Amino acid sequence: MKYTEEHEWLRVEDDVVVVGITDHAAEQLGDLVFVELPEEGRMVVKDEEVVVIESVKAASDIMAPVDGEIVEVNEALVDNPALVNEDATGNGWFFKMKLEDLSVLDDMMDEDAYIKFIG
Amino acid sequence: MAMGDLQQTALHDLHVEAGAKMVPFAGYSMPVQYPLGVMKEHLHCRAEAGLFDVSHMGQVRLRARSGQAGDGALALERLVPVDLLGLAEGRQRYGMFTNDEGGLRDDLMIANMGDHLFVVVNAACKADDIAHMRSHLSDDCEIEELDDRALLALQGPAAEDVLSSLVPDVRAMRFMDVIAVDTLFGPLTISRSGYTGEDGFEVSVPNAAAPDLARALLAHDAVAWIGLGARDSLRLEAGLCLYGNDIDATTTPVEAALTWAIQKARRAGGAREGGFPGADIVLAQMADGAARRRVGLRPEGRAPVRAGVVLFDSESGGQEVGTVTSGAYGPSIEAPMSMGYVPTPLASPGTTLYAELRGRRHPVTVVEMPFRPATFKR
Repeated sequence: MKYTEEHEWLRVEDDVVVVGITDHAAEQLGDLVFVELPEEGRMVVKDEEVVVIESVKAASDIMAPVDGEIVEVNEALVDNPALVNEDATGNGWFFKMKLEDLSVLDDMMDEDAYIKFIG
Repeated sequence: MAMGDLQQTALHDLHVEAGAKMVPFAGYSMPVQYPLGVMKEHLHCRAEAGLFDVSHMGQVRLRARSGQAGDGALALERLVPVDLLGLAEGRQRYGMFTNDEGGLRDDLMIANMGDHLFVVVNAACKADDIAHMRSHLSDDCEIEELDDRALLALQGPAAEDVLSSLVPDVRAMRFMDVIAVDTLFGPLTISRSGYTGEDGFEVSVPNAAAPDLARALLAHDAVAWIGLGARDSLRLEAGLCLYGNDIDATTTPVEAALTWAIQKARRAGGAREGGFPGADIVLAQMADGAARRRVGLRPEGRAPVRAGVVLFDSESGGQEVGTVTSGAYGPSIEAPMSMGYVPTPLASPGTTLYAELRGRRHPVTVVEMPFRPATFKR
């Protein structure tokens, strides 16, 4: 699993990358009450806002961690945003991306680096 | 403000012990949530009983210098549009301090304790409120801030069973009754009221005994601490105003849809008509209507429409017609809910307006409040 400074995790499954937010991020956000997902097939660039989430506290955006195509979104979150709080790194995933080149993940933090990053 | 400059309530150590996340609020370090989290705290309060530390609020005793309770009531009536002479001993009423423009300086609870009035005001306004009362009422009343007392709210369907195990007298109380009672925890002042739409109590307790009382309540399985986060979604589901958001110095009781709190005796033609700051404006609005009104709003879909969001009368183009003053997701109604001000012609339930959210307009419907019916024991 790889991590970004925006508290997203990325996991390679076959030829796609699954993206979600970390347990740490989910805890900081509080209970999620609303998730708006991007269209499948949308081409996105790194740092583009692709998901809107609202917690009991506030609204936030989730940005594309890398360039690529959104190939699948987790529709279950629309009816049950709490999945993110219950299982942020499993059933609480947000979207899957197809990348030109998986090597962009090599420079990202691994778990040890991320744990150090959040202190 | 650094956390070090903040005041602490008598329950501070208990909050920290319970794992609360403490935040600055109205000059105090207060628990915004506990490990249970906002959503589960909210639902717990509706299902069983929630314990709230509201000791940051101002508790004030007003005693008439004449020794006649009625003189204290008449004095305070000069500052609030409420019938206090008609408030029976052992009863409580909601009220508000008005300003000369008919706006609201604060909202408050007023109880007739027989030989004095017991007043609870908002934390952020308490210094101003006390100065206001002292400057207008000191000739007739002794005004004492009870800063040696904490305030705990116990709210929810199990509140009566829990509190009556410590104070049996509370079983006989009805909504808005108030009693003073001597207990193991010292002299308590208990009202059957709150800020959640649930049956429940607010208990004024000496600071020194407050931690023991809180622990005795928390010893019941039904009781859990509830933070400011869930307090906000609970009060919003109940359709109750948050001072500073939904009402302020620029909103009149008529605009704020609070005229139910102005009893007949203080209205036009009443026994003690007017006689409070801004009465001419408030009574004129009661007769002729106000240009805008506070309403409940139900957004379509799941996205919360929060404070500050602008309302339009049309899905595209059109006019900006109002602003949302509070908005959140309602865990019990399982839907988003908001309140805000709209022009009176658009204030009828069923009216569709449009909230602009992230550059897109979302339909919202004007609805009656509360969003969730209250469960008071009347």
